[in-house]
Amino acid sequence: MKFINYLTTISDIEIFPMISLITFFVFFILVGIKVSMMDKKTIEETENLPLENDKKVY
Amino acid sequence: MELEKFYYDNKIVKNFAFATIIWGFVGMLVGLTAAIQLIWPVFNFDLPYTTYGRIRPLHTNAVIFAFVGNGIFMGVYYSLQRLTKARMFSDLLSSINFWGWQLIIVSAVITLPLGMTSGKEYAELEWVIDIAITLLWVVFGINMMGTIIKRREKHLYVAIWFYIATFVTVAVLHIVNSFELPVSLFKSYSVYAGVQDALVQWWYGHNAVAFFLTTPYLGLMYYFVPKAANRPVYSYRLSIIHFWSLIFLYIWAGPHHLLYTALPDWAQSLGTVFSIMLIAPSWGGMINGLLTLRGAWDKVRESIVLKFMVVAVTAYGMATFEGPMLSLKNVNAISHFTDWTIAHVHIGALGWNGFLTFGMLYWLIPRIFRTELHSKKLAGFHFWIGTIGILFYAIPLYWAGFAQSLMWKEFTDDGFLKYPNFLETLTQIIPMYRLRVVGGSLYLIGVIVMMYNLFKTAGAGKLLANEEAEAPALIKQSVIHNPGEHWHRKLERKPMIMLIASLIVILIGGIVEMVPTFLIKSNIPTISSVKPYTPLELEGRDIYIREGCYNCHSQMVRPFRSETERYGEYSKAGEFVYDHPFQWGSKRTGPDLHRIGGKYPDSWHFNHMEDPTTMSPGSLMPPYPWLIEDELNISDLPAKIRAMQTLGVPYPQGYDQQAAGDLKKQAEAITANLAKDGIEIMSDREIIAMIAYLQRLGTDIKAEPKTANK
Repeated sequence: MKFINYLTTISDIEIFPMISLITFFVFFILVGIKVSMMDKKTIEETENLPLENDKKVY
Repeated sequence: MELEKFYYDNKIVKNFAFATIIWGFVGMLVGLTAAIQLIWPVFNFDLPYTTYGRIRPLHTNAVIFAFVGNGIFMGVYYSLQRLTKARMFSDLLSSINFWGWQLIIVSAVITLPLGMTSGKEYAELEWVIDIAITLLWVVFGINMMGTIIKRREKHLYVAIWFYIATFVTVAVLHIVNSFELPVSLFKSYSVYAGVQDALVQWWYGHNAVAFFLTTPYLGLMYYFVPKAANRPVYSYRLSIIHFWSLIFLYIWAGPHHLLYTALPDWAQSLGTVFSIMLIAPSWGGMINGLLTLRGAWDKVRESIVLKFMVVAVTAYGMATFEGPMLSLKNVNAISHFTDWTIAHVHIGALGWNGFLTFGMLYWLIPRIFRTELHSKKLAGFHFWIGTIGILFYAIPLYWAGFAQSLMWKEFTDDGFLKYPNFLETLTQIIPMYRLRVVGGSLYLIGVIVMMYNLFKTAGAGKLLANEEAEAPALIKQSVIHNPGEHWHRKLERKPMIMLIASLIVILIGGIVEMVPTFLIKSNIPTISSVKPYTPLELEGRDIYIREGCYNCHSQMVRPFRSETERYGEYSKAGEFVYDHPFQWGSKRTGPDLHRIGGKYPDSWHFNHMEDPTTMSPGSLMPPYPWLIEDELNISDLPAKIRAMQTLGVPYPQGYDQQAAGDLKKQAEAITANLAKDGIEIMSDREIIAMIAYLQRLGTDIKAEPKTANK
């Protein structure tokens, strides 16, 4: 039996793929927007964090 | 601005670094032993404790959890303190984390050769140790989150995000996959059965790769590559997208380990689709790592640390491109169950994890010991012999995997299998196994040289156990700037939000895959003729698990003509409903066993177990003489039956008391059968149970070939 038969036994199944797609889409759009709107200064500060306190100890 | 003086804890970093080096050596040495056993079975030493089936889990667990595990802690404990400008939250917790982890490793080193195993790949440790791991992981989590919360740096660098996601996801994976019902102190049964167990196990197995071998190491890459190159990461924005898309997509991809198996089709397709999508974030991360060196490639020539890291990141890129390719069904049909997979994981383990670890070690040890590296020349030697070692390891195995698969599938013009004898396909690739041993040896020589070099370095220097640092206190500073705002609360909130957000993101994929498989009964069509194992078969199955037979034998005939021709009817989901745990396996060094039942007489199995070469000349399987000598221990039998009943296996009520009687009857029948072929043996030996189990395998379906629900 094809899987579609099991799926059809769930009520309101049609909405499932839509929810997944929208969640997916919205999530990545939000990440994209958030990243593109990030403050340049913050990025600069943050990305330089590993390079700080690098006193040569020997 | 008032500066606070504090000290970074370098002692804990040193401890983890030494543990990484030593366990790395041990894990790789055990791996080399396993590789040699696959050429000369005599190196199984005819001892239960040193047979391949018990040695291979020891190798995989040692490399993943002891070598890489300690490597994670080493890198996290070093970088987290510096990124947060704070000492670790609690020295006591750091100490518990270190010694507890070593204790768990030692317990694995003891229990796995003793055959105490849950029988699930890369999660073999028994329930007691599983609980210890959980507690220890919580200790690590508290220590890490505590440090982040009391930090003196407002921003959370992306490496920390990867650490947080690692903590959350490994916790979820470990707990969900380790649900098992204890029978005794060192024996338990997985609460899941058959297809469900397989789905959970590979959801775990795949994401152990993702969240134990990948995300923490990506975090380390984002810290140590910029550090070694002395320039910020290529694109910080890209690193954020990398993080979210990676953890979002990875969790879905587990079912690609089960293509063409009895797993429902939709779950297989889901696994494939998400695996393909994974190329994007994986390569985004690789490119971000490599492009950090833009305009500074000359540094790679000078710096041994960067050399190791560049190869590591390149290996990551290769492995993460290959992974999605292997999850395409048509490629998987060729690659699955062959040594191709072994080659693939070793690009990851030797290249990505190994080389990044070595890079970190060469960077860290001189710094915390305040001295120069003992010998740059030796480090250069290590780099080259290691790189050549990887090539000598992987290329022959790619060849072997491909060649063997083609032999499995080749038909003559008359429509018969060209290589009907499985062994023939194996003996053909032994030269490749030899080359693999050469590759592994080269790699290990490199590690030994590194050990010498680093211990010499440490000996020449003096550990700076507490490294002084200064930074303004964040809370005080913020209060001055923004009176009225509760900055400390916000500081606490941010990492917790990260933790919860990562948790939600990784739960979505797992839930979508598992819930339907568990709830919708029709996903696993029941077969009325499939009955629970008899007590003797159940005991035999436990011996099968104890000996780690699944390390070489699958129990999953895929629906290809080449397989049904060789093994018999393909495997159905409904056949595994009483299999706690499932034993589908992932590699065929020997033939599939799902339809072995009834194929040979009992005496064949007896002789084969005593010395496989008598029945299959040239066989690489180790002999199992102790199965014939040792008495079958049935003291746990009633408890086992009760455990199975709890898990839903329909033994009649009160059967735990009758089981021993039934067991004896069946054992005597087999003994009588053996006697007819001139084999005299007592009916209470382990071999009898083993024969009973093997003869039962895959036979239920023959009683009634039609599925009830199809």
